[in-house]
Amino acid sequence: MASVDAAIHAPLGLLAELTHRCPLGCPYCSNPLALDAPKDELDTASWARVFREAAGLGILQVHLSGGEPASRRDLADIVGSAHEAGLYSNLITSGVGLTGTRLRELADNGLDHVQVSIQDAEPQSADRIAGYDGAFARKREMAAEVVRLGLPLTVNIVVHRANIDRIEEMVALALSLGAHRVEIAHVQYYGWALKNRGALMPSREQAERAMETTGALRKQHHGRIVIDSALPDYYARYPKPCMGGWGRRSLNVTPSGKVLPCHAAEAIPGLTFWSVTEYSLADIWRHSPAFNAFRGTDWMAEPCRSCPKQREDFGGCRCQAFLLTGDARAADPVCHLSPLHDEVERIAAIQTDAFEYRRFRTPVVAP
Amino acid sequence: MTGAAPQAAIPSDAKPRLPRGVRLTHNEAQGGWVLLAPERIFKADAVAVEILKRCTGEATFAAIVDDLAANFKAPRERIETDVGNLLRSLADKRLLEL
Repeated sequence: MASVDAAIHAPLGLLAELTHRCPLGCPYCSNPLALDAPKDELDTASWARVFREAAGLGILQVHLSGGEPASRRDLADIVGSAHEAGLYSNLITSGVGLTGTRLRELADNGLDHVQVSIQDAEPQSADRIAGYDGAFARKREMAAEVVRLGLPLTVNIVVHRANIDRIEEMVALALSLGAHRVEIAHVQYYGWALKNRGALMPSREQAERAMETTGALRKQHHGRIVIDSALPDYYARYPKPCMGGWGRRSLNVTPSGKVLPCHAAEAIPGLTFWSVTEYSLADIWRHSPAFNAFRGTDWMAEPCRSCPKQREDFGGCRCQAFLLTGDARAADPVCHLSPLHDEVERIAAIQTDAFEYRRFRTPVVAP
Repeated sequence: MTGAAPQAAIPSDAKPRLPRGVRLTHNEAQGGWVLLAPERIFKADAVAVEILKRCTGEATFAAIVDDLAANFKAPRERIETDVGNLLRSLADKRLLEL
């Protein structure tokens, strides 16, 4: 254990999933299918303790997420405690459920940045994707309020088959809202998004066109808005360096206090996650079995084991490797060197129509 | 700064400052100075730190260059070019206001 311990660098970021409650039902939600119940959520004081421990561990930024963090009535206190701990706080919100008054409270309590998601540039389509009538209008109002308060705004655009042909319009919308940064996030297939994969997956042609459009927009808006994006990974040649490497940069605390190396890690069977209700964050970061499971390169099998890129992409995503191959130690099969790479192409070609919206209780669908 | 050409020179009377949501901080566990920004973290080397500490919104670009030239005993033109390049690249990433 000592050798692993010595090599462990301090994490940079903490994703705090304050709640799984959310007014929206986005079919691409990355939350797990089994959502944490409101009664199991960590209380205000526990989050304050977690933030102090995070700062002590060297963490610089906390991302307040969910679900919809505004579903927590104590959000202003939670923001205040992150600020008191010395952390840079980032609110990741749907924009629904945040009034001007509440936003002002958050700003007064030291909130540093707001990221709001939009589902499409067309109101009707946006509301259909979110599964919530009127969401688009409320997001616009809320984004305007963020800018009025002088807080920096990022617009997050989750891209999939239903909106991929309107990237230009969505970036224009982000600019008109006063955002300084836009994230073009192609759907990643975990949790609810995996369940809806057939209805969300764009075609290869659409994905390639989207990458070209994004490149052109980046040039066009240079100096005005920062455009961050990644290739939709089912169509990539090499895998993404998921989380910057397992247990290397960040950790994720679930609403009930479990600490995960990434938000999808519970998809991998056999991993033991420790909770902030039982261990300190420092102990978890260094010694939790789940964090040490895929640290470094010793766990790797071929083709990763002898791959010169193993320290660039860390073998890709462990969750995706498990979900697509059944083996969490396998190379992420989006890598063209994976023997199962062709299977990814085959899966990507499967298309279905209907969304299954993310809700607390999933309707029982007849076989 | 909307519409500014990417490589435009920085006016000598510009008063660069870090906007809300961007801050320079020292952190022992992360090995030194870092610039915290919306969902991004940049390591700041010793030169960048000296420059960024002077971007208060009060000092002009010319005054910052003068001050650095006096403190680091380097030719003013070279300092002006280096500082100008750093500030422009930060402004293009929306990490600095001019």
